Amino acid sequence: MMLEVKDLSVCYGSKKILDGLSFSVKEGQWLMIAGPNGAGKSTAINAIAGGVSYTGKILFEGEDIRRKKPAQLARCIGVLTQSHPVSYSFSVEEVVALGRYSHSTGFLSRRMEGKERADAVDAALNLTGMAERRRQSILTLSGGELQRTFLAQVFAQDPRLLLLDEPTNHLDLIYQKQVFGLIRDWLKTPGRAVISVIHDLSLARAYGTEILLMDHGTALAYGTAGEVLTPARLQEVYQMDVYGWMREMLSQWN
Amino acid sequence: MKSQKERFSTAEYVLFAAVTAAVLCFCVCVGSVTIPLKETVSIIRQALYARIGMLLGAPASLPEGTAASIILSVRLPRVLCVAATGASLSLAGAAMQGLLKNPLADGSTLGVSSGAALGAVTAIAFGITFPGLPFAGTMTAAVLSALVSLLIILGLAYKLDRSLSTNTIILIGMVFSMFVSSLMNIVITFAADKVQQITFWTMGSLQGKGYTEALILFGALAVFGGILFFHARELNAFAIGEDNARHIGVNVRRVRLVLLIAVSGLIGICVSVGGVIGFVGLVAPHILRMITGPNHRRLLPASAFGGATFLMLADLAARMLLRPRELNIGIVTSLAGAAVFLVVFWRAGRGK
Repeated sequence: MMLEVKDLSVCYGSKKILDGLSFSVKEGQWLMIAGPNGAGKSTAINAIAGGVSYTGKILFEGEDIRRKKPAQLARCIGVLTQSHPVSYSFSVEEVVALGRYSHSTGFLSRRMEGKERADAVDAALNLTGMAERRRQSILTLSGGELQRTFLAQVFAQDPRLLLLDEPTNHLDLIYQKQVFGLIRDWLKTPGRAVISVIHDLSLARAYGTEILLMDHGTALAYGTAGEVLTPARLQEVYQMDVYGWMREMLSQWN
Repeated sequence: MKSQKERFSTAEYVLFAAVTAAVLCFCVCVGSVTIPLKETVSIIRQALYARIGMLLGAPASLPEGTAASIILSVRLPRVLCVAATGASLSLAGAAMQGLLKNPLADGSTLGVSSGAALGAVTAIAFGITFPGLPFAGTMTAAVLSALVSLLIILGLAYKLDRSLSTNTIILIGMVFSMFVSSLMNIVITFAADKVQQITFWTMGSLQGKGYTEALILFGALAVFGGILFFHARELNAFAIGEDNARHIGVNVRRVRLVLLIAVSGLIGICVSVGGVIGFVGLVAPHILRMITGPNHRRLLPASAFGGATFLMLADLAARMLLRPRELNIGIVTSLAGAAVFLVVFWRAGRGK
């Protein structure tokens, strides 16, 4: 088991955002976390990424993530967020190179990592199609290019588990397809897994291997798309006929 | 297209150092009595040889005469203090702008300098000193209160606005500055006999400073500036975004604390020697970022040299503009700083 989340609870003040959430992820899986707004999906991701204090246990390959140093954790778990408010004109390459931070934190290791680092950065830039823009300022990029820059950063970071928080929320269709394709290819290497928070149930169905449906800070259902996304359950969670609506929309395309 | 080298090259170091040294010589030569460059250099060289000779036990005499005494006991120590203060404040500003991802952050805009001055003033008013170390009392008080000010300002900012937006921090800094200035007035009412000495801290000047102060300032610059240089990569990560920094594995809490301590050390010691000299950390890094780009491995060394140069020229202006009267250096930097502040604010506003 790569990641085990046990009885995870998070409170903001007196408000309980997560209430005893448990699930796990194996190598090769792409877990899609779906659910209505306010279900606690992003908070769950943030807790695994070490950005929220919580009660309960999060184990990476059996070891409590709170016992890992930040750099150790970053070599295991990488994060891609939905937006990147940037304010200084760093180049694409500088942003991507920072992905190697956790592989060379000390003064000595920084010198030794030189070649390996350059290779990892080049590979990530090529993979995401950002190689020809490597010297461009990030302030001049479009939303899609910026997202691919940070995707390249997390590829250069080379984690085992990738957390995505609505990675294509602000992107048009072509970038959505590109980003999901790139992540699917990344997942083909053994020993890797992906968890993403997602609103779009069609995307969740198309790319996810497992689906976790959340509501009110806890897990409602877990399993394959067919098991989890049943008409009755979606009716209960979203208070509407999701299947009917999807069919109606698709019928317009013929 | 801007150059994208990772580091500050040797050639760039030489170039920046040469410009700084040239400005230093110029500032030592020019004054109420202008002494020719050749004479100035020869006096400084003689004095250096004499000092080295004394250290080695050989009999040697310091150069004498009016010119020599003006240069060696008045101008040179003052200009050295100015250079060290400029470099320190500029580095502190560049580091805060990176750490907070806010191009307007600076000791003066955030109220950290005023906080440090309050500490220094309190130490003077209540006579807090360490026996045998005449500066240590005010210095320690200034550094500690700079750190406490930073922690208060950031604590408030995080509570009010997790994203640390530019405007929130600047507003909190303003409110904090006003709060501190009222505290300062309370302290002054308790120490009416030291008003003269205390007003100095709020204005800022390096008039009449000696070699001891210069040594202390350069020492602080080496130690705390060194800490900042060593964290250039982490500063880059913070400048891209604090969440991103955490995701790539930066120990955000520890690094932030270390950087805040270094920044407080630089600002506190500068304030305890020269009082509040505002906007240096805003003006110099802003101009240099246009040349070197935002990468702190290049920006930090450039800011150190640039800040020294900027403050030496500001000090020269303070000495020369209204001759024979002398302006406070803080007045000159604030004039320049207000203009740059508006430019940065204008650009930041338009970018969104």
